[in-house]
Amino acid sequence: MIIHTQEPILEVHDLTVSYSRKPVLWGIDFTLPSGCIAGIVGPNGAGKSTLLKTIMGLIPPSSGFVKLFGHPLEEVRNRVSYVPQRESVDWDFPVSVLDVVLMGRYGKVGLLRNTGTRDRSIALDCLDKVGMSPFAKRQISQLSGGQQQRVFLARALAQEADIYFMDEPFAGVDAATEQAIIGLLREMAGTGKTIVVVHHDLQSARTYFDWIILLNMHLVAAGPTEQVFTEEMVQQAYGGRLSLLSQVGDVMEKRAFPSRES
Amino acid sequence: MIAFWIILTGALVAITCGLLGCFLILRKMSMVGDAISHAVLPGIVIAFLLSGSRETLPMLLGAGATGLLATFLIEYFHRRANLQTDAAIGVTFTFLFAIGIILISVFAGKVDLDQDCVLYGEIAYVPIDLWVTANGTILGPRPVYILAAVLLIVVLFIKLGYKELKLTSFDPAFASALGISTALWHYLLMAAVSLTTVSSFESVGAILVIAFLIGPPATAYLLTHELKHMLAITVVLGVFISFAGYWMAYWLNASIAGCMAVITGVCFAAAFGYQRARNMNKARMSEGLPPAGQAAG
Repeated sequence: MIIHTQEPILEVHDLTVSYSRKPVLWGIDFTLPSGCIAGIVGPNGAGKSTLLKTIMGLIPPSSGFVKLFGHPLEEVRNRVSYVPQRESVDWDFPVSVLDVVLMGRYGKVGLLRNTGTRDRSIALDCLDKVGMSPFAKRQISQLSGGQQQRVFLARALAQEADIYFMDEPFAGVDAATEQAIIGLLREMAGTGKTIVVVHHDLQSARTYFDWIILLNMHLVAAGPTEQVFTEEMVQQAYGGRLSLLSQVGDVMEKRAFPSRES
Repeated sequence: MIAFWIILTGALVAITCGLLGCFLILRKMSMVGDAISHAVLPGIVIAFLLSGSRETLPMLLGAGATGLLATFLIEYFHRRANLQTDAAIGVTFTFLFAIGIILISVFAGKVDLDQDCVLYGEIAYVPIDLWVTANGTILGPRPVYILAAVLLIVVLFIKLGYKELKLTSFDPAFASALGISTALWHYLLMAAVSLTTVSSFESVGAILVIAFLIGPPATAYLLTHELKHMLAITVVLGVFISFAGYWMAYWLNASIAGCMAVITGVCFAAAFGYQRARNMNKARMSEGLPPAGQAAG
């Protein structure tokens, strides 16, 4: 079940991606409206991160194309932000928290130029938004997992983009940080920013996202959460994994009738 | 005066190598320096056979070409064949170095080069290799001018590309997302390493080049958590190592390059000991105990 939007901010058209000739994503085709928080949900190995990386131009697609704001990525890079998986970088790298956030400004200042005082104040502002200002001078090796994630988020905010792609921003963070992050994302969506999040927790997906992209190498469903995030669709995405099926049923039940628990 | 020229040569090589080495170790590709410094050999021999002279420019071109070829091959085997980087490095540089050795032995009569010279160099000959202008003025050792020029190029490169080098080393995916080409900066860095290696090998040899590429940056990495400080400490260490290494060789009447490499190792060991002591003190402090030094005193 794929529900398209009339005025898409992101258009993924018939995208196929392969790693050394082995396809990992087949014919992915969906659109996103602006101002939504979209979740890319699916089992391990479904190609969620691959989809994000392909949209960001980090992996070349075998076929199909991606358009952002009606243009190819190269023309609108300044309006697009990317938050890689936290584990993808070396947190012992000799830089401070503020240094990392300033990296978000690199795209704006351009080649051979350095970041200025304005970039610095924007970076400090963004650190404040994620509640990390006291850590500005701290070495990144001294941060906890949740703090690392918030630094990455601050760096994305410093890009002042219109659409944000986040790879597993909730992986390995505690519940308090998770709530803080989702609060911030809702605030951003409220000001018209679009946020696309790779997520693997089915329980929270329903409450966090207002648009869902259900993936398992093929696109299973895409559209507004209440329309496409049904038990049938989730079972289809997680199908074949019998041990999971009953759990999926449980999750859907709890979410559909929350009053039963209390 | 001889001591001055030798120490200056050593310091110039140490600083140039160290600055680039900082980025190499942060990119977890220290051994690429090793690979390039060996892989330049066939390039040097071929350039010598074609040009018939040991002029600097053909040497630089030939060596630069095979140095870059080595990095291309390493990347190619790593990406296309899914071979681990270290295995790709091992296969590539031994192969290229061996070709160089065969070329030298086949054309032994014509080539004014030998493996020992390439591997160990002879920094003691630097003051003899003078630059004499057409009207007979002696301007000092030729290698010093070449090395100073290379240092200038490397400093300019790092100064202008500092934020790109930093970002592509720390978070390549994010750099690509910003539209910064990670491949371009990778090859620019490799070109700089090739240039440095080639211009240095003649005076200090491939092994000291590797020691300078990795030793001072690794030492600095233990002492600081700030990239700019790491670069600064590397420069200071480079000068110190050159100085201490020369005097050690003087007293022991031993190989200068060898002594410099030994001092590099001693510096690293000292920094390692210091870091361990500091961490243990920190652990003691956090348990509410006085630092070890005070407890003993």
